[in-house]
Amino acid sequence: MTAMRSGAVPAHDPTATDFERLAMYPHVIASWVDDDGYPTSVATSLKADAVAGTVKLAPPAGMKIPTDREIGVMGSHIRPQPGIGYDQRRYLQLWGRTTDGTTFTPVRAWGWDENETPFFEYSERSVPQSRRYLAALSKEKGRTIRPKLSPFWLVLRTTRLPFLTATAVPVLLGIAVAATDGAFTWWTALLTLIGGSFAHLGINVTNDIFDTLSGADDANTTPTQFSGGSRVAVYDLVSIRGLVWVALALFGAAAAIGLLLVAITGSMTLLWIGVAGILVGVAYTAPPLKLVYRGLGEIAVAIGFGPIMLLGAYVVQTGRLAVEPMVLSLVPGILIALILFVNEIPDRRSDAEAGKRTLPTRFSPDVIRTGYLVAAMVAFAVIGVGAGIGLLPWPTLLALAAVPIAFRVHSGLKVHYDSPYTLMAVMGTNVNLNLAVGGLLLVAYILTIAVMLIGA
Amino acid sequence: MGWLPDPVERLLEVALVGELTVIGRNGRPIMHPLIPLYDGEKLYLHSSTLFSKKLEHIKRDPHVALALTDPVAMKGNPDRATIQGTARVIEDDPHKDWERLILDLWRAKEPSIDDFLKARVALPLFFERAVIEITPERCLYWADGETDRAPIKTQAPKAEAA
Repeated sequence: MTAMRSGAVPAHDPTATDFERLAMYPHVIASWVDDDGYPTSVATSLKADAVAGTVKLAPPAGMKIPTDREIGVMGSHIRPQPGIGYDQRRYLQLWGRTTDGTTFTPVRAWGWDENETPFFEYSERSVPQSRRYLAALSKEKGRTIRPKLSPFWLVLRTTRLPFLTATAVPVLLGIAVAATDGAFTWWTALLTLIGGSFAHLGINVTNDIFDTLSGADDANTTPTQFSGGSRVAVYDLVSIRGLVWVALALFGAAAAIGLLLVAITGSMTLLWIGVAGILVGVAYTAPPLKLVYRGLGEIAVAIGFGPIMLLGAYVVQTGRLAVEPMVLSLVPGILIALILFVNEIPDRRSDAEAGKRTLPTRFSPDVIRTGYLVAAMVAFAVIGVGAGIGLLPWPTLLALAAVPIAFRVHSGLKVHYDSPYTLMAVMGTNVNLNLAVGGLLLVAYILTIAVMLIGA
Repeated sequence: MGWLPDPVERLLEVALVGELTVIGRNGRPIMHPLIPLYDGEKLYLHSSTLFSKKLEHIKRDPHVALALTDPVAMKGNPDRATIQGTARVIEDDPHKDWERLILDLWRAKEPSIDDFLKARVALPLFFERAVIEITPERCLYWADGETDRAPIKTQAPKAEAA
């Protein structure tokens, strides 16, 4: 097959499959430019001969299909779904000439079938065309014309705000563990949550900047709501310069809150935890370390959202490190790394193209699925063993109620591994696993605190 | 006021898909299935900037044709028609212009558009759109869609064709 023009779905030399597919349409539309310079179209029936490479068109009455110019023949199908939209969208267009007004010999073909290229993927493949068009339009109009989103959605999309649950779980757990140790100040707890959130959002934006600059996001034509980054720079909703300013503002706010907390607690440990957190987050995609390009992305996320977030929150309240929060931090660390791990699955081809060495780019689907289950069970084992040896309070065993969610994700990965869009539900369930475990652990610590207060 | 024959207007009112033919760079006809809208005088189609090559073609050569051929997309109406005309692309503000110009017509034909609009954040470029306004000039009509019979040809009154 020879690609004959660039585009979302390239045109190509007609193949036997094209003839077979054209023959399946109940009618086709023949189109040509008439002598007055207008396109003319007429529906007609056809008989395709893949061996001869010709299509016999039924001659329309009162019209003559010209033999001295190129004509187009298209089969098109769509099923309207009232109140919902459409499905079964497909069309196939062939171009060529007729020698006698009925025998059509195509020389190029182009089409789209949403069963083969889902609409969202087709749209993503077409993003470069949108950018070219808007650039040309801006030049023509003498002013910059860019795509827009309302401020609310733009902030949400740019920062990937919904992912903040990944920060909330470890920070709240760190605060809860500190409270069981008798240390809790509500306003420093609130500042920790806000500061941690700013740092997380700053890291999200920074990663988008480097993924856009490296071409990783451009190469990804199957992003989902959980994967593929914010894409605000890919869509030109925000410039790279704009993203840099957003990242600096977010890191600035995080640093200001962090330094305030260091000043309040007088803890240099907290300062080093904060610095390590931002460095690990930025180095995830930023040079020179580019951890995700070296096969260290998942470890970096586990450390960042496990020990760093949870211990940081604990140290703010207590001013010291301890074994219990260290052990507990392994749980959100593993589960949040597993969110990344599953979200990397639909991105694996574009990630590999960009040189990222994520686990799904390096291992087979079977290894990835097994790895997922093993890692999730290790997280639950930490809780079970921790509670068993008395390191964690026994109510934390409540979190084991979430084990079936991990098995649901594992089963979903078996079925949907190769389909980015149906995998979305699995990715959602995996996010819920972290929320469920985190929520149950919080409940466990609140129960523990309540028992302590009653006992006191 | 419009001049298109009544049966063609009836087709336009129900058509969920029509095939727009534009003239490509080498004089080649290029077809695009699109939802046609009609305000009783002009035809309106619209295109996301994602799929905007057709807009570039129209700006180079504004002669276009819209074919209404598929009974499934015409709510079972078997008639067929091809409307030829001159198009202009309205693209001053691809973010908002189309909403002002055609959203009501689009909504009347495809009410689910409001649900898609609520999810605009999911695919923002899809809703950056230009409007293709077509002034109909000539019309071919096939009763019962039988193209083995010659079409009934009608033409815009002189002033409108200009």
